[in-house]
Amino acid sequence: MRVQVTINGEKHEADVEPRLLLVHMLRDVLRLTGTHIGCDTTHCGACTVLLDGRPVKSCTVFAVQADGRELMTVEGLEQNGKLHPLQEGFMQEHGLQCGYCTPGMLMTSYAFLKETPNPTEGDIRWAISGNLCRCTGYVNIVKSVQYAAAKLRQGGA
Amino acid sequence: MIPASFAYHRPASISEAATLLAQYGDDAKILSGGQSLIPLMKLRLASPPHIVDINRIPGLTYLEERNGALRIGALVRESDLEKSTLVRTRYPILHDTSRVIGDPVVRNLATVCGNLAHADPANDHPATMLALGAEIVATGPRGERTIPASAFFSGPFTTALAAGEILIEIRVPAPPARSGGAYLKLERKVGDFATAAVAVQLTLAPDGTCQRVGIALTNVGLTPIKAGRAEAALQGKRPDEATIARAAQLAAEESEPAEDLRGSEAYKRDMVRVLTARALRKALERAGKGG
Repeated sequence: MRVQVTINGEKHEADVEPRLLLVHMLRDVLRLTGTHIGCDTTHCGACTVLLDGRPVKSCTVFAVQADGRELMTVEGLEQNGKLHPLQEGFMQEHGLQCGYCTPGMLMTSYAFLKETPNPTEGDIRWAISGNLCRCTGYVNIVKSVQYAAAKLRQGGA
Repeated sequence: MIPASFAYHRPASISEAATLLAQYGDDAKILSGGQSLIPLMKLRLASPPHIVDINRIPGLTYLEERNGALRIGALVRESDLEKSTLVRTRYPILHDTSRVIGDPVVRNLATVCGNLAHADPANDHPATMLALGAEIVATGPRGERTIPASAFFSGPFTTALAAGEILIEIRVPAPPARSGGAYLKLERKVGDFATAAVAVQLTLAPDGTCQRVGIALTNVGLTPIKAGRAEAALQGKRPDEATIARAAQLAAEESEPAEDLRGSEAYKRDMVRVLTARALRKALERAGKGG
């Protein structure tokens, strides 16, 4: 089946089997390998991308479901060679160790900060509760999101 | 994990979807949120040859009060329920439930109606809909019909939906004055199924006695369980601590949990007792506040 999607503002087309999962289309067909496959069982959230602005687990969506729709992946965060405040925050606050969960954490946090520009620590922990990290213990991830929230509030994006 | 091959159908209307279901029968499965179906397909526990994706059918995303009932359309996502001011203020039991289903990312796709149609005994909305006395609207080859939640869950993953029928709406009766509800779930971590969970919805009479009580239990039996004896213990009574304790004990007796990694039968039964008492107190508190 022919699928047309807009990813990070760019149009893409692919001919896919209906059973192909969105994450496999992104990684294997379109070679956008920033999105990771973690648990492959809808638990870890490493594969989180935005589908029409909402974070979804791309291992639990068929590529054909995204036909005609808008996607944003981790590759879409950096603009003109400048890191997004979230990416900068994860660097500054040491929000990652192995980095496997990071693309998913970034995308979930990106959508979350759009809705909640001035979050409490509890809000952040709630928002990322569908994204698992086995390295950091989350403390520095929370700090990274707080860093980005502060910068975005000052108009830093 | 790669699901088995299937033919993909994307109907543009309910009637087109119903025609596809009539044509393919048991070989067809409806895809709405897909957050239960797709994992099952990846594990090859389900390999439907035909997938009928209803996500592009217009007019199914309504979440509104009309003619004395909250109407939840087939494509309302759990996150829509969670973020709705109407739901949070008027139907706090539904707000409670939406916040403990899956995780925040899963809830962006998972649908409320799908949570009922899938009928996993571990799903959370079946118990809340039983407690609320909700109705399920199905449409199919023989037209539209309404099924009370209490007659909907016939077994694990089995519902009263007939072949070719589609669940298109849930109707929740609007709560009268002095109503309150709560859903309390004990889970090991976010995204886990309930060790046990309890839904309570009640309405007080002007004299403070219980006019209407609904109590239902999640994941402590092969279907969601309506705790009729616990309800009867409260009906027409003043809900004091002794009455709450008696109702909670009865709910525990009515549960039919099985031992698994989440705990022993005795433990789960006792959690039903504890959660029922807590949910009753919370529902009463909310009834007092007019919510």
